[in-house]
Formats: sequence, C-alpha cells, structure tokens
Amino acid sequence: MIIKILMTLYITALAGTLAWAGEDSSLTVEGQEIKISAQAPAHAENLDMVYSGWVFRTDETQSLQMDDFDNPAFVFVDEGIDLFSKVDGSEVKSCAGCHTNLADFSGLRASMPKVVDGKLLSMEDLVNGCRVKRMGADPWKWSGTEMTAMTALIGLQSRGMEIQVKIDGEAAELWKTGKELYYARVGQLDMSCANCHEDNYGNMIRADHLSQGQINGFPTYRLKNAKLNSVHGRFKGCMKNIRATPYKEGGDEFRALELYLASRGNGLSVETPSVRN
Amino acid sequence: MAKNVKPRVKVPKSAAVGESIVIKTLIKHKMESGQRKDKDGKTIPRSIINRFVCDFNGQNVIDVSLEPAISTNPFIQFEAVVLEAGEYRFFWYDDDGSVYEKTKKIAVG
Repeated sequence: MIIKILMTLYITALAGTLAWAGEDSSLTVEGQEIKISAQAPAHAENLDMVYSGWVFRTDETQSLQMDDFDNPAFVFVDEGIDLFSKVDGSEVKSCAGCHTNLADFSGLRASMPKVVDGKLLSMEDLVNGCRVKRMGADPWKWSGTEMTAMTALIGLQSRGMEIQVKIDGEAAELWKTGKELYYARVGQLDMSCANCHEDNYGNMIRADHLSQGQINGFPTYRLKNAKLNSVHGRFKGCMKNIRATPYKEGGDEFRALELYLASRGNGLSVETPSVRN
Repeated sequence: MAKNVKPRVKVPKSAAVGESIVIKTLIKHKMESGQRKDKDGKTIPRSIINRFVCDFNGQNVIDVSLEPAISTNPFIQFEAVVLEAGEYRFFWYDDDGSVYEKTKKIAVG
C-alpha cells in the first residue's frame, strides 16, 4: 500500500517536472542542428535525460539564440576576433601569430576541462597560458570582458559538436571531488547544487524555470547583465543565492565542479555562445 | 570618438523582384545618455548615435532619429521591397560628428 502511494507520488512529481516551456522543441542555429536533449551519461546516475538550459527558457529568449545576428553574444565574439589578432606583450605577438587558422580549435571546447600533465585545465587556463608563456603578456582576469570574448570565440569553433569530457584516468580523482561538491550542502540556506538542478529542474523558482544547470553553452550571454558570463562567474552567482561564501574563480573547487558538471552534459552539443536570462 | 564602435548589417544576398526583405542592423556603441554621473558627481557627457539612415541606389529607405533613452548597441530591424539589384548604404551619425558607414549588395532573381 505504502509502496503504491509512493509510486503515485513519484509519477505526479515526474509529470510536474516535465511541464516546462519547450521540451519538445528543437534548436537549429544557422542551419546547424543542436542536440538539446540526450540520454543521460551512466555516471549521472540520478538523471534519465539531460537537457540544455535552452529548453527551459521562454520562446523569446530561445529565438534570440537561433540566429547569429539576433544573438547579442556575437557583439562580444566580434571583439574576440579583434583581440585574436591584436599584438600584445613583450614578445610582440598576437594569438593569430601562432594559431593561423581559427577553425583548428574545432572540437577543443567539447573536451574541456581536461587534465594535462596532472593539472586540471579550463579554457581560461589555455588562453592565459599562451598569453604569459608565449606572448609575454599579462594574464587576463578570469571573467573579464577580454577573457570571455576569447573563450566564446574559441568555443564557437566547436558549436554543434558533442560534449565528451574525459573523467577516467588522471581526471578520476578530481571528478570525484567535483561530485562531492555538487552534492555538498553549503551556505545559510543549507543547499547543494542537486537540490535545485537535479531534484527540481523544470519547476519554478520565483518567476523562473530551474534548469539542469548544464554548462554546454558557456560562456553565455545573460539578458540580466547584458554580457558574457563565465562558468565560474555563474557558480559564484548560484552560491550567493543560497547565502554561501563563493569559492574563488579559477580555484581548485570550481575547477573540479566544472569538470563534474561538464561531464553531466556528455551527449549534449556545444552551444557556445548561448543566450539565457 | 566613442571607442570600439562597430556596425553590423544583415541583408539577404538575393531576392525576387517585388519581394519584401528583412534588414537587420546593429551598431556596437555605448549610448551614454548624458544623465549619469561618475564617482566624483560630475555628469558623464552624452555620447550617442543620434541618426540612422539607409539608402538604396541613392534613394532613401529609412531615416531614424535616435534619442538618449535608447540602450547600448542599438538594433534596428526593418523591411524593404526590392525592385531592382543594387546596393544598400547604411550610415550611423555619432554625437561627436563621426559617421560610420557600411554597404551591402543585393542581387535579384
């Protein structure tokens, strides 16, 4: 009897979860099909399906992302193109000096973050690594306009490709740390990422639908602050909302969390640069 | 001169005669309203795009006057009926006197 009641409750809850804006719509950007839902990877054991954050947005916000001209993020991508060929630093070099073909970055975003020589690297590390070591220039701020413009430009080269982040081998330990952080309750509201983005995605939080917290579209243009937002910047926002002290951008905690979250989106397409509210 | 100003325009490459096409334009501009004050309480001088014009083969298509309340990176979208092949010319007039220009060709058939 109890089991039966629980079952009914479970089914109602599930039906409630599936009542968001456009779960059966599809996303095509500039003629290219973007996978906005996929079978959840085996290591995301509490999810059946993974959904892009695009699914949870209103029709108006969704349509902004369907055309590169309407997508406000492309103002910043243009800035990225200028920065790419701008000479900077003591070596008098620009990005374009070595990376002659932008399209060579195709596929890179889909595999980030990844472990190289025992260190977990985000896209921001690769950019700053080049700036410091090869160009002799100052590193950019993690969530600064230059950095997000550049990561958006590089990420765009992989748009539409399937996210496949490696979580075995050297990455396994860090991935486990990330998972622990995802399920750890923190802050005055005593909440974990999972409380909102796993248990309640599709439900309303104030006047808005909660998403699964997928990061396949980052850096993302947010209508609320009219700029590109980095993954770590978004983590900070979430942590402030639950009245917790945010970890540092570019710190070990956020790096591990980024790896874990990216891996939960394995199977979705890269959407960089996406538009959200 | 306002910094980092960059116009963008989207016009179809070709259209049928008599077809109505959608033209989208955006100019990256800070559109400083002249109402804001800086940290020292001094007014930040107004710096906006005050006029936008589109011509087709020398004939005017649209002429817009823009006001200080218009937000950053003004986006203007309008429709035009194509009667012949030719060239669209777009002009943005800045408060400081500079004019930003962009041209786009369109074919018929």
